[in-house]
Order: sequence, then C-alpha cells, then structure tokens
Amino acid sequence: MAFDLLLFYFFAAITVGGSLLVVAQRNPIYSVVSIVAAFCGLSGLYVLLEAPFVAVVQIIIYAGAILVLFLFTVMLLNASREDAAEWDRSHPYYRPGPTRVGVVLAVMLLGQLAWVVSRIPELQAGVGDAAPAASSVRLLGRVLFTDYMFAFEVTSILIIAAMVGAVVLAGKRGN
Amino acid sequence: MVPIGHYLILSGLLFAIGTAGVFLRRNVITLLLSVEVMLNAVNLTFVAFGRQFGTVDGQIITFFVMTVAAAEAAVGLAIVIALFRHRESLSPEAFTNLKW
Repeated sequence: MAFDLLLFYFFAAITVGGSLLVVAQRNPIYSVVSIVAAFCGLSGLYVLLEAPFVAVVQIIIYAGAILVLFLFTVMLLNASREDAAEWDRSHPYYRPGPTRVGVVLAVMLLGQLAWVVSRIPELQAGVGDAAPAASSVRLLGRVLFTDYMFAFEVTSILIIAAMVGAVVLAGKRGN
Repeated sequence: MVPIGHYLILSGLLFAIGTAGVFLRRNVITLLLSVEVMLNAVNLTFVAFGRQFGTVDGQIITFFVMTVAAAEAAVGLAIVIALFRHRESLSPEAFTNLKW
C-alpha cells in the first residue's frame, strides 16, 4: 500500500518537475526535452492507474511523434532563444502587469481546485477500491468501434482537415 | 491504493503550470507546449475517473484528446512557420497586425 503511494509521488515529481522546466527554460529545445521527461512520468502514472495501453500510446504517439514534430520545428526555425527584448522595451504597457495577473490567476485556479477536492469525502477513498480495472485492449477496441464509432469517424475528418490545413499554411507560396 | 484526490490535485497542478506558461512565455512554440501540458492534465483526470468507475470510457476519450492534440500541433506549428517567414520572430507581440 505504501509502495503504491511512493511510486505515485515518484512519478508525480517527475511530471511536475518536467512541466515546471518547460515553463522555466529560456531555450525552446530544452523545453521540448523536459516535456518529454514530464510525459514519461505521466505514462508511469497511467501504469499505476492500470491503463497500460494509454501509457504505451502516451510514449509512442506523444513523446515519439508529436514532440518530435515540435523539436523539428524548433530546429528548422533555428530559434534557440527568446527574442523578446526589444518588444519588452517598446511595449511597456504589456509587461509585467498582465504577466503577474496571469500567474496570480493560475495560482488561484490551483487553490480553488485543491480546496474543492479536499472538501469532498468520496475523493479520499482509494482510486481502485470501488470497481475492478477495465483495461484490456480487446475491451478498449470493442468500445471504441461500437459506442464511439461516430466520434471515431469524425476524428478522421478532423485529421484530414488538419493535414490539408498544415500543407496549405506551411507550403511554399507562388507555385 | 492512492486516493483519487491525489490524482485530481496533481492534474490541477499540471493545468495551473500550463496556464502560467501561456501567460508567462514570449515564445509561440513554448505557448503551444504549455497548451500540451494542459491537455495532458485533463487526460490524467479522465484516466483517473475511468479507473475509479471501472470503465474504459476515460481511456477512450484520452485517445480522442491525443488526436486533437496532434491535429492542433500540426496546424499550430504550420502557422508558426508561416508567421516566422514574415517576421523572423517568434514573439507573440511581433504578430499584432492582422494584415501587413
């Protein structure tokens, strides 16, 4: 029982630390690498929640495909630093007032969420005590292709739209 | 077992970090990365509640969120590349004009 909690705190520390580094790094390449670390910790949490297929998909699709796309763009644009210095000087209205307000709002959001969660007694019970885990790939596939069939088909339209949009937006002009 | 409240608070913490990142950073790529952190915080909530109720619906919605995140990353990064061609900058304040 205690081992469970220990693993949870271990993976949670990796995830939160990686996410904080994403926000704190000046260099976008380091940001992408730390978000990969954060997603590996998140995948450990999914294993802890007895959702191994989601954990594997998180590593392969998210860390393996989406973030490599980010990394590719960062290296393509050769944008290894933030070039905000001259805009900071020419737009004194923007900074640091709204930035401070935004961070205060984020902290308030977290405080309210933590307060609400701590007030509900049902949420203090163990996550898997009430029901057995349903996580087999067979069951996932059956539900995905029966109950969620319509959403699945709509997703294919979304992907085609995104693909065409990406090609139109980033493609070469004038030919 | 770990209480589900722990997962919810962790998810809220990740969401708050992502929100703060959107407000704090002056780089369009890092803004998109912060949005990814927020999406993953929501994914964690879905999977935790799915485990709580013993159903697979939470995991399936997670797949849909991942698909939307992939589409958003593709279109968002294409927009970033198109903007960078015009302005040679990644700061959001370089793109204050709708047309130039």
